Amino acid sequence: MINAIINAVDIEDVSKDFGEHHVLNHLNFHAPQGKITTILGFSGAGKSTLLKHILGLLKPTSGKVKVLGKDLASLSELELREFRRKFGMLFQYAALFDSFSTFENIAFPLREFTKQRNQEITDRVEHLMDAVGLARDAKSKLPSELSGGMRKRVGLARALALKPEIILYDEPTTGLDPITTKMVNDLILETNQKNQDVKLTSIIISHDVQATLRISDYVAFLEKGTIVEFLPTEKFQQSTNPIIRKFLDL
Amino acid sequence: MEIPIKTNIVKKSIEQLGGSITELLNGLGDFSIYMGNVLFWLVRPPYRFPLFFDQMYFIGNKSIFIVVLTSSFSGMVMAYQTFLGFSTINGDSLVGPVVAIGLAKELAPVFTGLIVTGRCGAAMAAQIGSMKVTEQIDALEVMGINSYQYLSAPRLCAAFIALPFLTAIFLLIGNMGSYMIGVHVLNIDATSYFSKLSDFMSLKDVYEGLIKAACFGFLIAMIGTYHGFKVEGGAEGVGKGTNLAVVWGMITILVTDFFLTSVLVKLLE
Repeated sequence: MINAIINAVDIEDVSKDFGEHHVLNHLNFHAPQGKITTILGFSGAGKSTLLKHILGLLKPTSGKVKVLGKDLASLSELELREFRRKFGMLFQYAALFDSFSTFENIAFPLREFTKQRNQEITDRVEHLMDAVGLARDAKSKLPSELSGGMRKRVGLARALALKPEIILYDEPTTGLDPITTKMVNDLILETNQKNQDVKLTSIIISHDVQATLRISDYVAFLEKGTIVEFLPTEKFQQSTNPIIRKFLDL
Repeated sequence: MEIPIKTNIVKKSIEQLGGSITELLNGLGDFSIYMGNVLFWLVRPPYRFPLFFDQMYFIGNKSIFIVVLTSSFSGMVMAYQTFLGFSTINGDSLVGPVVAIGLAKELAPVFTGLIVTGRCGAAMAAQIGSMKVTEQIDALEVMGINSYQYLSAPRLCAAFIALPFLTAIFLLIGNMGSYMIGVHVLNIDATSYFSKLSDFMSLKDVYEGLIKAACFGFLIAMIGTYHGFKVEGGAEGVGKGTNLAVVWGMITILVTDFFLTSVLVKLLE
């Protein structure tokens, strides 16, 4: 019996132009549901633009973006905003609200989008803090009082607060020391495994080849606005594509 | 040789002038679109009252001290200068109404507007600008929260409501300063000071100032938040945005004051 792969994200023949500048060029990309897919590529290849298309923050010049079976172009502005609650996102530098404490940052989506009582919110925040390995004494600290690794943990806890079906990581290990980098990568893997009940799909944008090969199920390589290779990790490592070999053999 | 050089200079000057006008018009168009967006999201639920009250506290309460300080000295110096002029024609008793009308119609709303631009318009641009460069605004958008609704709308409502109150405080304290200098230092008769005040001044003068103040509040918040959202780059971008918010805020208040005066004088006739 063959298990059909269901895709959480389907990008079909998408092009995006900013004036004369062609950022995405007839791009096709799929992120299988419940798996970790990493998009690798050189700086300026169009990775962030691709991420913004998945989130519906940018509209393609041509082509179709389908997320969880829905064509984003068919959604109105308000429907799209509601739909984005199915996403969680960990930003490159965590993007924590700097006037809020750790607790308030994690509780923010719960306060905005649920009608939970204070006690329920506290319980959920504490559960999330445990899940990402944050000590309770970090609860009242401001982002400026946290280390880079702790900020990522808070950012991840906030991203997971509304039990998303897709989580996006934008260069999650950039600017971190090797030990914290390993910790963040382990956390991504652990988060994906722990949330298989909701078939959490993880999409990572990264430059970190070693980590990508260690934690990803699938790897896509983006070059000049198009996906030049999309393979399961084991096959990707054996790719003979010269650009990919150049990237892998660095 | 001279003619081509001169032609070149004239051509360059015209090009520069054209470029500046185009840039200004582009900016105005962009600002109008921003205003439309903010007003659209302002009336849509959810209404975040805690954010509104935070801003009322920041714009209103925290500006009271500087408004009181500025208004007391403005009232005193106006009374003194008016007295110097009017005493030469035996018009000492007119100091009260001249200062009061001047404060009510012009000085109180304009000074309050300039103070709030420097204090709060700059802070709005800096806060939102810092959030922009640290991706906090992107984080809001990714969560499905409209950043104009979350950040601009509470500031706009708070400034619109707080400015008339601050202007009223400016007017009250300014008149107290004027009375103190006029009656207790320059020995103007207190009874004639008040009788002339009630003869010449009416509530319409106060209304004119308060309406202007509300308009200034609206513009200060719009300009401050707009320049915050337009910030690009890092710390330098935040600095530039803050600077533009203050400069354009002040220019707009002074220019708008002229047009508002022309309209309100006719409307309140």
